[in-house]
Amino acid sequence: MTGPKIIFFILAASIVTFSILSVTSRRILRAAIFLLFVLVAMAGLYYMMNFQFLAAVQLILYAGGIVVLIIFSILLTSQINSKLDRPKMSHLIAGIVTAVGGIVLAAITILQYTFHPTTESPIGTDMRTIGIQLLDTQITGYALPFEVISILLLAALVGSIFIARKHNT
Amino acid sequence: MNLQAEIPLDYMIVLSTIVFFVGLLGVIIRRNLISMLMGVELMLNAVNINFVAFNHYLFPHRLEGHFFALIVMAIAAAEAAIAIALIINIYRQFATVNVDDVDELKY
Amino acid sequence: MDYSYTLLILLLPFLLFLFIGLIGNKMKPQLSGVLGTTGLLVITVLSYFTAFNYFTNKTGEAFKAIEAFQFLWLQFTDKLIIHLGILLDPLSVMMLVVITTVSLMVHIYSMGYMKGEVGFARSYSFLSLFTCSRLGLVLATNIFQMYIFWELVGVSSYLLIGFYYERPSAVAAAKKAFIVTRFADLGFLIGILILSFYTNTFDFNLLTSDDGPAIAQPATAVFMGLSVTTWAMLLIFMGGAGKSAMFPLHIWLPDAMEGPTPVSALIHAATMVVAGVYLVARLFPIYHFTSPDSLNVIMYVGSFTSLFAAIIACTQLDIKRVLAFSTLSQIGYMMVALGVSGYGSEGLGYMASLFHLFTHAFFKALLFLGAGSVIHAVHSNLMTEMGGLKKYMPITHITFLIACLTIAGIPPLSGFFSKDEILVAAFEHNKMVFAVQWLVAGLTAFYMFRLYFNIFWSSNREYHHTPHESPASMTIPLILLAVASIFSGFVPFHDLVTTDGLPLQTEFHAMIAVPSVAIAVVGIIFSAMLYFRKNPKPESIATSLSGIYTFVYHKFYIDEVYLFITHNIIFQFISRPVAWFDRHIVDGTMNLIGNTTVFFSGAIKRMQSGHVQWYIWYFTSGALLLVLLILYLN
Repeated sequence: MTGPKIIFFILAASIVTFSILSVTSRRILRAAIFLLFVLVAMAGLYYMMNFQFLAAVQLILYAGGIVVLIIFSILLTSQINSKLDRPKMSHLIAGIVTAVGGIVLAAITILQYTFHPTTESPIGTDMRTIGIQLLDTQITGYALPFEVISILLLAALVGSIFIARKHNT
Repeated sequence: MNLQAEIPLDYMIVLSTIVFFVGLLGVIIRRNLISMLMGVELMLNAVNINFVAFNHYLFPHRLEGHFFALIVMAIAAAEAAIAIALIINIYRQFATVNVDDVDELKY
Repeated sequence: MDYSYTLLILLLPFLLFLFIGLIGNKMKPQLSGVLGTTGLLVITVLSYFTAFNYFTNKTGEAFKAIEAFQFLWLQFTDKLIIHLGILLDPLSVMMLVVITTVSLMVHIYSMGYMKGEVGFARSYSFLSLFTCSRLGLVLATNIFQMYIFWELVGVSSYLLIGFYYERPSAVAAAKKAFIVTRFADLGFLIGILILSFYTNTFDFNLLTSDDGPAIAQPATAVFMGLSVTTWAMLLIFMGGAGKSAMFPLHIWLPDAMEGPTPVSALIHAATMVVAGVYLVARLFPIYHFTSPDSLNVIMYVGSFTSLFAAIIACTQLDIKRVLAFSTLSQIGYMMVALGVSGYGSEGLGYMASLFHLFTHAFFKALLFLGAGSVIHAVHSNLMTEMGGLKKYMPITHITFLIACLTIAGIPPLSGFFSKDEILVAAFEHNKMVFAVQWLVAGLTAFYMFRLYFNIFWSSNREYHHTPHESPASMTIPLILLAVASIFSGFVPFHDLVTTDGLPLQTEFHAMIAVPSVAIAVVGIIFSAMLYFRKNPKPESIATSLSGIYTFVYHKFYIDEVYLFITHNIIFQFISRPVAWFDRHIVDGTMNLIGNTTVFFSGAIKRMQSGHVQWYIWYFTSGALLLVLLILYLN
């Protein structure tokens, strides 16, 4: 067992465990905290794969943004010490059958398949490269998706304000 | 650090599959809208793992998966913001966040 | 000479119809009348101008047909092409003059007659539609265009007969007219299809030219002992017989008198009902060269109808019905003349028929308008409620007398000339038909003067309110038409309208003219004896012939026979099974399809539960199933 392997298994185990806990826990605030753990562990995974920038974004955006938003809305809509309803049996059976079936089907398919990595020399993942590529208008650049996503974010911003504001009518 | 030698790509993908379907399970069994939203966040993250892993293992000469993951995050953020706005509005209308009670749109 | 302005003759009444029809209710009734009449005056002037130009600018010996306007309307295949256009030849130009003149008179007359009626503007819009379609009919360049306008004429006739649509009898009459003529038009349509199938053309010029496909290479196919051309021409004549109310399709015309009297004058006396004559005249070369059999049929049908209608006319009491039957009888004359006609230098019958059409239009319109004037004064249609009107209505009286003398064929009024030509043509062709027509001439004189004496002489009865002469808008058309009736006989018709466009040599036959005038005079004297003063003689004659009289009075029970056939045979044995089939089999199939859909949607609508989690589940499990199918079960 080498170092990276140990780290990977620790991360994987925590991701799986906390994600299962997050969906099964009947206390919704706890579920949100378990989700936070999952997201942090995923940031670690990104870090292992040398995508430091992405790991940082994951921490800031998910852990710092979305989870806070979720907790905030939980506090707005739920009693803090009330428990969620037990799932209906029909939903439970349907969900478990689908989830297990899907995992088995996907796992079998993935394990049977042999992936062929490219032979070209890898590109660096430092901030400089990422920055240049992100704002590059050449064929290898991503300026267009970057602009599109900015418009989407603006639309979402305006839209969510419009939806959530109190209607006086 | 030569990750390829230590951990095969299959591990990563199986991990993401498990997270994806756990998220789906959460969406199906929980009736609280916020719990369902958390399930959706799990599913999105599972997809992100896939993008990043494929980028790192198979096509390291480009950064496509990386940027895709970045965009998915941005969309997830937008989606969460709108979803929560909707949930709050539903709560205001129906005084509940239970999805079974919001079934006006049917036959 | 450029005749493209003739397009206006068609467009103007159509635009008037749209304009008055759409916003007639918004404007003053009188204004719509003035508008319609002015428009028609313009059309009349244009028509006279066209006629003058056409008949004075002849190139070469014969009058040639001119296509003033032509455009491609529909092209289905290389051969099946339908044009719309305007054809000018002696026949159509003559009809143009007749129709616009009578129509103008009726328009002016209606201003007085219809004054204060509900739907005054409506009547003018319908009159414009009728004028447009009737002019389109005579100006058509091909038989298909003619058919279109033919049906439009039928529709406007339907609308005008049913003008007083709140009266059940008017509605029934309108329906009757429409259904009977429509039934006849079915034959017309089939005839057109057969004819054009074998000749590959609709065009009149091609169809009637000597070396055209219809005459030079007649179809050789034979069906039930007659050539297909004969069949086609007989079926086309069936359409003409329907519009012209020839026996046995005549039953709609007497009922059509439910419409306003000016309308009866325009449509059911002077212009529309001669459409059948026009149709046969238009296709006359085909009739003459390829199927003499059908010409004989036309001759016999016309002859029988004229006699039959004249006999009925002697017994009717409703003055408009008497005139309706007299119309039938006169159209019978025209048909006879066409039936006995030859071609080229022997085409006397053809010329006589159209000559009679020309003069008849004027004196019959005059009779109807005069009758309308009387009805307007007395408020009744029955001659038993009239009498002694000559001192109250001098202008109507004089013009009516002129019209009666004209139709009786007293020289030198116009009816004498045209009727004389017809009798000459009949005499040269078939002695028996001549004898019948000669007898009908006497009957005509008798029943017309029976009408005249009953209205204007007879007893001096007392009226609830004193009848008065009609206003100027009604008497002026009467005077103008009377002038036309007197002098239209002097038109050199044999130089203008002939079978081949060349002038025709005619001579005066004293042999025939003298006996025909003599029998007319006898008829007049006979009716004067019976009806000049009120006396019991007509009653006693009717009683002594009671059986026959009743039989004739009920128009030989033809209507009852029709009713029996339609109600007890067609409705019972054809319509009922067809209706059953439609209701149960056709509708049943449709209902089955609909009910099946409803049933299945009812069965699966529960899936649309409104529970979003189940939707997610359906979606993901469906996606997984698809993956399974594609990857592992292939």
